[in-house]
Amino acid sequence: MSLNSADIKRIAHLARIEVSDTEAEATLTKLTGILGLIEQMQAVDTKGIVPMSHSQDVTQRLRDDVVTETNQRELFQSIAPAVEGGLYLVPKVIE
Amino acid sequence: MEWEVVIGLETHTQLQTKTKIFSGASTAFGSEPNTQACVVSLALPGVLPVLNREAVKCAIKFGLAVNAEIAPRSVFARKNYFYPDLPKGYQISQYELPVVGKGSMTIQVGAGDKAYEKVINITRAHLEEDAGKSVHGAQEGMSGIDLNRAGTPLLEIVTEPDMRSAAEAVAYAKKLHDLVQWIGICDGNMQEGSFRCDVNVSVRPKGTEKLGTRREIKNLNSFKFMQQAIEYETNWQIETLEDGGTIQQATVLFNPDTGETRAMRSKEEANDYRYFPDPDLLPLAISEADISTVKAEMPELPEAMKARFEAEYGLAHYDANALTSSRATADYFVATVNAGSDAKLAANWVMGSVSAKLNAEDKEISASPITPSDLASLIKRIQDGTISNNAAKQVFEAMWAGEGNADSIIESKGLKQVSDSGAIEAIVDEVIAANDTMVEEFKAGKEKAFNALVGQAMKASKGKANPAQVNEILKKKLGA
Repeated sequence: MSLNSADIKRIAHLARIEVSDTEAEATLTKLTGILGLIEQMQAVDTKGIVPMSHSQDVTQRLRDDVVTETNQRELFQSIAPAVEGGLYLVPKVIE
Repeated sequence: MEWEVVIGLETHTQLQTKTKIFSGASTAFGSEPNTQACVVSLALPGVLPVLNREAVKCAIKFGLAVNAEIAPRSVFARKNYFYPDLPKGYQISQYELPVVGKGSMTIQVGAGDKAYEKVINITRAHLEEDAGKSVHGAQEGMSGIDLNRAGTPLLEIVTEPDMRSAAEAVAYAKKLHDLVQWIGICDGNMQEGSFRCDVNVSVRPKGTEKLGTRREIKNLNSFKFMQQAIEYETNWQIETLEDGGTIQQATVLFNPDTGETRAMRSKEEANDYRYFPDPDLLPLAISEADISTVKAEMPELPEAMKARFEAEYGLAHYDANALTSSRATADYFVATVNAGSDAKLAANWVMGSVSAKLNAEDKEISASPITPSDLASLIKRIQDGTISNNAAKQVFEAMWAGEGNADSIIESKGLKQVSDSGAIEAIVDEVIAANDTMVEEFKAGKEKAFNALVGQAMKASKGKANPAQVNEILKKKLGA
């Protein structure tokens, strides 16, 4: 699989990261290298191996369904750029 | 050309937990904006999600209710997209390994002679968190964000494209709506968004296998709208194809005011969610023991209860079905029977007068002014011959209006049936004496005249005579 700079721009856009054309070229080289490494690894037979979803072989601890959080709206909103009537204000979102 | 519509549903059911799926913030509905948005809901740096045990239990309950495989190990994944009501920039969901696997549900479609049953296959159900809410118009050029709902636990239930009409889709949605409430995992409140359906619709020439391109109708929160939206969408797709057009995959919204569906502005690359396992959460392990524990807490399921009603009480399939449409109705019926009522009479009253009254007054059965034991005491008076069916209807109306219990109403309204044979004989004698012509006609072989005489006797007793006794005595007197 080979990438071109348009792919880099698209991936950057999806992640909302601004990359200049020069940066895109540099990133292209790095990502192509990583993909090359993955291609080499494809040669390994992984049949019957469960894909790893976490580095440690432990399972999720569960929490009891009890309210532990109190209302701290004022504190949290003290660092927000804009609030009104308890709402966080953001630039208008269109559907 | 004859077309076939193919429908699959994705339903978001909000789970009835006290707290959010990954934090101890309350999920109570209707609170002041952002008063239930804790550090996890706000996605402040450094916070970690911890899974709510109760949400997992709800998922297991659902899995058991639809005979599904419950994954011994399932994985949470990040679904990445940017929207202000999702402060993390991703939604925690499940992708490759959902908690609930393949299951099925049997639905009843239509009524009367045309009614039929159909099995709808469930592809999967997975746990995920809800997003916050955007409020528009708070300030010019700005949107307001309320994160109280962010992190509320959802179980997304996905079906195979097994439905072939709007009626089947609505029957499935209603049945699912009943079921999640029955097993107590969702309050079913559609106005508050506790139960929201996305419907995938495509059409294909009848008899072909290949699925057409689908369009997804988002966020339907009423069964009526679902029916209308699917019908409109189906016709639109067929017309488009017949006019030589093609269908583009799209997300559409239904406008209840116009009854039309229209495509949302297609967001560029909107569907590239770049799922990957969430490193903040370990795999969820569910043991056989966990499943057994939940199983022991499960209420009797509607299908099992239906079979029991047919076997134990001799109810017809249709009646058993209607009585198990909701847990509240089933509980009401069972309580009436347990209070001493004949089961078939109880079934008739619950599905007849009680449900008609509830419908007329738009009430839930739990709010019925007549309790199961009230109803049983009324039915017992029919069973023991104290009152006729007609009188029972009057008593029912009076009980509904809060005029007292069955016995006091029967007494105060003088509705007691006359079963004293001496009194009835006297009435019958009078009727025979006063209706020579009818008596002659009957003796001449006219069966109808007999019924007319019974009618006269009933009228003379002001409807209080026991009709069976009137029949018997009249027959004897006429030498029939």
